[in-house]
Amino acid sequence: MAEIKLVPRGRIGITVEAEVIRPDLLAGKTEDEIGRLIVWQGPRELPLSQFFEVELQGPAREETRIIIEGDVSRVKRIGQGMKSGVIEIRGAAGMYTGAEMAGGKILVQGDAGSWSGMEMRGGLLQIAGNAADHVGSAYRGNWRGMTGGQIIIQGDARSQLGGGLAGGSITVEGNVENFCAIRQAGGLLIIKGNAVRGLGAEMSGGTVVILGEVKNFSPGFVHQGIEINPKIGEIELEGRFARFMGDYAAGKNPKGMLYSRMAQEVGE
Amino acid sequence: MAANPSKTMIIKNGYLFDPLNAIDGEVLDIFIRGGRVVPSLSGSEAREATVIDARGRTVMPGGVDAHSHVAGTKVNAGRLMRPEDHYKSVLKRTKITHSGSGYTVPSVYKQGYDYAAMGYTTVFEAAMPPLEARHTHEEMRATPILDMGAYMVFGNNWFIMRYLKEGDIERAAAYVAWMMRTHKAYGIKCVNPAGVENWGWAKNVKGLDEPNIHFEVTSREIIRGLAEVNELLGLPMSLHLHANNLGHPGNWEIARDSLMITSSLEPDSKMELEWAETKESARRRQTIYLAHAQFNSYGGSSWRDFCSGAPDLAKYINQTENVVIDSGSIPFGPATTMTGDGPAQHDLYMLTGQKWSNCDVEMECGSGILSLVYLKGSAVHATMWAIGLEVLLLIDDPWKTIMTTDHPNGGMFSQYPQLIAWLMSRKARDDTAKECHKWAYERSSLGGVDREMSLYDIAILTRANSARTIGMAHRKGHLGVGADGDVTVYDIDPKDLNVNDPSYIISRFSRPDLTIKDGQIVARKGEIVYVPEGRRYYCQPYMDEEVEKEMMRDVRDWFKYYTVGFANYPVPDKYLKNPVPIPVNVPMEAVAKEVGRWQR
Repeated sequence: MAEIKLVPRGRIGITVEAEVIRPDLLAGKTEDEIGRLIVWQGPRELPLSQFFEVELQGPAREETRIIIEGDVSRVKRIGQGMKSGVIEIRGAAGMYTGAEMAGGKILVQGDAGSWSGMEMRGGLLQIAGNAADHVGSAYRGNWRGMTGGQIIIQGDARSQLGGGLAGGSITVEGNVENFCAIRQAGGLLIIKGNAVRGLGAEMSGGTVVILGEVKNFSPGFVHQGIEINPKIGEIELEGRFARFMGDYAAGKNPKGMLYSRMAQEVGE
Repeated sequence: MAANPSKTMIIKNGYLFDPLNAIDGEVLDIFIRGGRVVPSLSGSEAREATVIDARGRTVMPGGVDAHSHVAGTKVNAGRLMRPEDHYKSVLKRTKITHSGSGYTVPSVYKQGYDYAAMGYTTVFEAAMPPLEARHTHEEMRATPILDMGAYMVFGNNWFIMRYLKEGDIERAAAYVAWMMRTHKAYGIKCVNPAGVENWGWAKNVKGLDEPNIHFEVTSREIIRGLAEVNELLGLPMSLHLHANNLGHPGNWEIARDSLMITSSLEPDSKMELEWAETKESARRRQTIYLAHAQFNSYGGSSWRDFCSGAPDLAKYINQTENVVIDSGSIPFGPATTMTGDGPAQHDLYMLTGQKWSNCDVEMECGSGILSLVYLKGSAVHATMWAIGLEVLLLIDDPWKTIMTTDHPNGGMFSQYPQLIAWLMSRKARDDTAKECHKWAYERSSLGGVDREMSLYDIAILTRANSARTIGMAHRKGHLGVGADGDVTVYDIDPKDLNVNDPSYIISRFSRPDLTIKDGQIVARKGEIVYVPEGRRYYCQPYMDEEVEKEMMRDVRDWFKYYTVGFANYPVPDKYLKNPVPIPVNVPMEAVAKEVGRWQR
């Protein structure tokens, strides 16, 4: 297996939908074959080579590695549904990056667009920059979101991060905005910064941890006590946390756990 | 452009299964001219005909679906409510077909193509509220290939309840006749009679003899009254009943008691048209046609002691001649429930917590929608699966049964081939039962059922009886002389068929070699090759002119309660492409008025 380098040819106007860019699909193909794969731009079907220079290079590896050299914020669906291999994006990534991925790794050096990691089932999606809305979330209308794998966001994320989260974990180093973990049913969401409002709304299971401040705390959560260095599965948190259960606004017997480091005064 | 503009065709050497002509797998040739079956072709016609060699293959009349939800506001609401149902099932356009999307509730184009690709040529929409008739016709108008019609919902209609309370069957019949002509409806559908009206006050009815709020009319009176109206007018199809208490444990008894209500009536179709030739009688025998029996064949008294009530219901149906059921079977997987039964949908929401919607249709009816996944591991769903097969296997006479999924309530029409595999093979059922929650066989009698249906039985359940039950066997559901040239050729050699290989049955019934409509090939191995416009059937029944005049005074008087103006109420002719009105019970003066409008 080789390293596949894709170099954007220039600025892209209408966004391109390129779910063909996934390591397990490109594995074993020649430069020509990869260049001829079809992507959509609006209503038109065009060859991948129209937007990228394709170079096969690097030493043989066990897993196929795709390196995208540059900004692909106008390219959607990179790595969608991938099961193995690595994609390294040396720039910003577009919408739906790693949506429905089941295995392998995607490393984004810049920001990632909305719906990245949507309904993810396995693997790792690491975003060095900021993430837009609906990352790691369920598709519109769906009630089950991410079921497995891991998303790490080193910057901030916007709204509805981890909507319908049912399994796996999401960690955000920075801040988030509104309605993150909405309808969460399982899995773990760790927010190291602040949130605005609606955190854990309609939550029925799983765990949310927030180290920073929640501007408007969801009213359907009930305070259960203070825990010091609580353990969540295999992860041990450091410090004093107030533990809440919810969301009672949406169900009679919810099992959603919310740990807040800043809210501990509430309980005392 | 049609490959065969003269619609002349010979289908040679196939094993023909045509139950209405008592043909059980004989090797016979079929001749079609001008889109219709003929006894033979002349030498010159034969030279120009499209010739299909069906040697070693199974040939049946085109499939007829008597109960499916494919057009109208609730179907469209089901699409709008479920974007997640669409984004993964995308159909790309071709030179002759539209793009489309939708898994459990496909877009109208995709529905038409998918049905045709599966060998079906005729599909009837099971519930059209009068106020939504325009929308229903608009969607049917946009549906390619299929011949269609729609049953109109009457079971909680204010005028009907008022007339039946007063015992005025004649005026009720005049109202139904006027409504069917006005809205271009094909048959009478009755959904949770008396109960949906009570739902406007957050109530339902529990039994057949409970008077409802304000109108003080009972379910029994509505079922009896509408069945009498149906036979008085002489409609092609009998009353089509969605029984009370649907979806609740222990509801098989109310289903049986409802079916008994019409047992003293005689079926009486007074359609004025030519009948294609058949060996067996093509006229309906039933006075009541029960919809989606699976949802109304539950035993027990709660979800804890839930079990099948199908053996009990089947026992009654085996003793009577005036009943037909369709199954509403559960093939497992995603579904979107949509019915005119608002309270039943609300109960389902309370049970599942899934997203749902509900609607009140002014003075006429209601409806509700909910998204759902049927799981083999669920005790209740596994039992429902068994019941959906029991209702077809325990009723001895296949001419009393029709195979459906109540699309998209129990599952999708595209899963019919899976149902066929279970009906044809005990081993296929046993294999599935092993993957299911143990209730599948513990709480039903299915594990003890050895019956395996033949291709002849399947032809009855999927075309012959569905056509006969809804009164379309004058041209559909068989290949007698004069019938429509709708033919399905399956790549199945009946002499060499291993019914214990479900994947084979499923693949061959999913993608027939050929679907032929009106003597033209529309689909080849699942690929749409020609897209004709289908016909739209509706009834034009008449009552005594004086009674109609009196009835119209009542309609105009109460029309003040509607949010629409009277002039905007009817469905104009332009909403229908290729309309085929079926005259029923026509008096001479009406004939004079309508002359020239009746074209096939």
